Amino acid sequence: MSLTPRVLEIRQKVLSRNDELARALRARLRGHGVFTLNLVSSPGTGKTRLLEVLLRRLVERGIRVHALVGDLATDNDAQRLARSGAPVRQILTQGRCHLEAEMIAQHLEGWDLEACDLLVIENVGNLVCPSSYDLGEDARIALLSVTEGEDKPLKYPAIFNSADVAVITKVDLAEACEADLGALHANLQAIRPGITVFETSARTGTGLDALLDWITARQSERGASLQGAAPR
Amino acid sequence: MHELSIAQSLVALAQQHLPADVSRVHAVTVRVGALAGVVGEALHFCYDLATEGTPLAGSSLRIEDVPLVIHCDGCGQDHQLAMPPVFRCPVCDVPCGDVRQGRELDLASIEYDTDEDAPP
Ligand SMILES: [Zn+2]
Repeated sequence: MSLTPRVLEIRQKVLSRNDELARALRARLRGHGVFTLNLVSSPGTGKTRLLEVLLRRLVERGIRVHALVGDLATDNDAQRLARSGAPVRQILTQGRCHLEAEMIAQHLEGWDLEACDLLVIENVGNLVCPSSYDLGEDARIALLSVTEGEDKPLKYPAIFNSADVAVITKVDLAEACEADLGALHANLQAIRPGITVFETSARTGTGLDALLDWITARQSERGASLQGAAPR
Repeated sequence: MHELSIAQSLVALAQQHLPADVSRVHAVTVRVGALAGVVGEALHFCYDLATEGTPLAGSSLRIEDVPLVIHCDGCGQDHQLAMPPVFRCPVCDVPCGDVRQGRELDLASIEYDTDEDAPP
């Protein structure tokens, strides 16, 4: 009989199951030539408003975009986004504050991914929880509005450090709320050196072309690399 | 609060690894990086909820904090950063985003007794 407990060393990622599902999902989406974005933000950044405009403009550009919208309860956002003409599905998280790879896989069922160029996932409005969960995306875009304060990136380093792109929203309000955009840019670079940043306003249209060009360019690279690798 | 989801994943993972002859689990140790986006206090609270009705019920959760470490190519050194971090090399004073440590969210170990450990 031993007096000290036995110790079993494991050293495995707690979210390894989500990571595996996300890896499989990423491979599947890429296999169909789909470029995938994961949009994260706090509530109130104007994410749905921006996405509504982006989806409409992407459809006008001839991009076959699909959207998955994560929400705690209602389906107002999905209805609003469906007006863009893009196929939109709601993911009800039943109180969960983030999306997981399994939810994405389930909600893609029945969609013809061959008829999809771009998948946009709108995560649940929350800057803490989604940072841990890989959804199989190609790029993570963190949104923050000028009304939220310049120190937002410093308060949420995990999510901003994991983002590939930051989109500053509501820049038309910058003057009115005395936002220090220089400090905001400096804080973003402090948390994620080299991060690509866009200043936008869904209301005035400022900066939307630059953001759309970035998305379109990345998406067409995906399509081109696929054709080069395995002609269909 | 995603700590409940994380606690549930942790308990599921720990149960997969439990040897068949376990009589009692004492503690589960996790390594949590400074950049993992997990609040230790919330994870403790959720752990008790998530272990209810499982072989891990009554065990304690130990959290090992893992500091954030970046690597700078300029000086070739690793540097530990305080939170909230500024991703610059403190020696070379240039931007540096090469994270070498601090994103961990790992099940490290399980402490347990087996039936044969029990007093006769
Ligand atoms: Zn250096």
